[in-house]
Amino acid sequence: MRRLRPTVRILPCLDVRDGRVVKGVRFAELVDAGDPVDLAARYAAEGADEVCVLDISATGRGRDPDVQLVSRVRAALNVPLLVGGGVRTLEQARALFDAGADKVALNSAAVKNPGLIDALAARYGCQSVVLALDARRSARVPSGFEHVARSGSADTGLDAVAFAQNAECRGVGEVIATSVDRDGTGTGYELELLRALRKAVHVPLIASGGGRRTADFVAAAKAGADALLAASLFHFGRQTVAGLKRALARRGIALRPLETQGDLP
Amino acid sequence: MRRAVYVLDTGAANLASMECALRRAGARTAVGLDPTRAKDAFALVLPGVGAFGPAAQQLQSAGLDVVLQRRIDEGAPTLAVCLGMQLLSRASAESKGASGIRVFDIRAERFSAGVRTPHLGWSPIEADSTCTLLRSGWAAFAHSYRLAEAPVGWQVAWCERGERFVAALERGSVLACQFHPELSGAFGARLLGDWLARASGGNPRAGPGIRLRQSVRGVR
Repeated sequence: MRRLRPTVRILPCLDVRDGRVVKGVRFAELVDAGDPVDLAARYAAEGADEVCVLDISATGRGRDPDVQLVSRVRAALNVPLLVGGGVRTLEQARALFDAGADKVALNSAAVKNPGLIDALAARYGCQSVVLALDARRSARVPSGFEHVARSGSADTGLDAVAFAQNAECRGVGEVIATSVDRDGTGTGYELELLRALRKAVHVPLIASGGGRRTADFVAAAKAGADALLAASLFHFGRQTVAGLKRALARRGIALRPLETQGDLP
Repeated sequence: MRRAVYVLDTGAANLASMECALRRAGARTAVGLDPTRAKDAFALVLPGVGAFGPAAQQLQSAGLDVVLQRRIDEGAPTLAVCLGMQLLSRASAESKGASGIRVFDIRAERFSAGVRTPHLGWSPIEADSTCTLLRSGWAAFAHSYRLAEAPVGWQVAWCERGERFVAALERGSVLACQFHPELSGAFGARLLGDWLARASGGNPRAGPGIRLRQSVRGVR
């Protein structure tokens, strides 16, 4: 049997506020980008390996996550669904799993209530629990990256890399590494953050924030990312998922092949 | 009225994903943990997600271990997914001391150190030529434990990522998948459609019916 290179996943991310997909720059200046169900189905049909839905209205306003939204996306989506945003309790996570999330991401709650990671990993298995790590450059911490909470609005003073290690020990099965500095800017992923995390944690790593050019995605994969997340790039028509996958395949990145959506090439 | 596929609610599984996928394949679904309904269902699904010990205990306390053993012995249409497949084995390194349903005399082991764990995402699987439901293709996985060997008497699809492990097993109308067919795009949808067709008395590989014609479109 062939020995295969690990394949890199492409994850379109839908930041949802009040039922609409929005996207801004560095978590601000949000612009409407469409309907979440339509976009999720379109991205899956184009070859997305997974879809990420982040409910950005939940954290800032202390609301419960939008369970109806997850149900509607689930019904239209036949690839894995990662859901995050405002998850603070076991009950909220359970409601999201029940509605059709395959993985639930914790962000602010992982700081305030790290025991939630243990509880979710024990019940759902660590492959279902994701740390959404928002980080920005900072000279105040050893790794040079500080953890940021509450949709990018609050520095926690924690070293982002040490924080991820701690979350892994508690049972997180994947880390979304978002660079707040790069988010929405299209200036390329924060490769230093990815390299630092790759050395520090063993679970899969999702690169997030700044991906626009094909070279950005290639560089993140080479820096150790197992999955590449992008939002603005796809929402505003700069690139399709299929177009990006074709371009990456030409650059020698191993991916789930596109054309046949199932059969080996 | 069409008969419903009975989906076992083990407490922590991704039931909605499985139900949505079965509905997209044209099936009606019912969910529960009732051993009589599970015994009598024309098709039964033991979904994935969760931890081995608690899930095994839940099945045993509901008397479902016996129901599953009997259904699989008799070849009644049954689909076990991810943790569901591991639950059919003897035990798992995930929950020491916990006993599985023992359809396979194999213990589920964790991926070796050095293999990225959990295994999250898409990997190619290769079906043995003797398989009649399973095909080679790309499937979506989410697991840390796996079966490194296949039980005797089952047709096997394998996956390789530094080490070979069982991606899926089939025997007649019984299908056990380490990957998630409900999350495996068109590839998974076709497998679910073929399994449902076989459960309904059709023979998906021999003569496609109306629903099947759609589900096998584009086959190699």
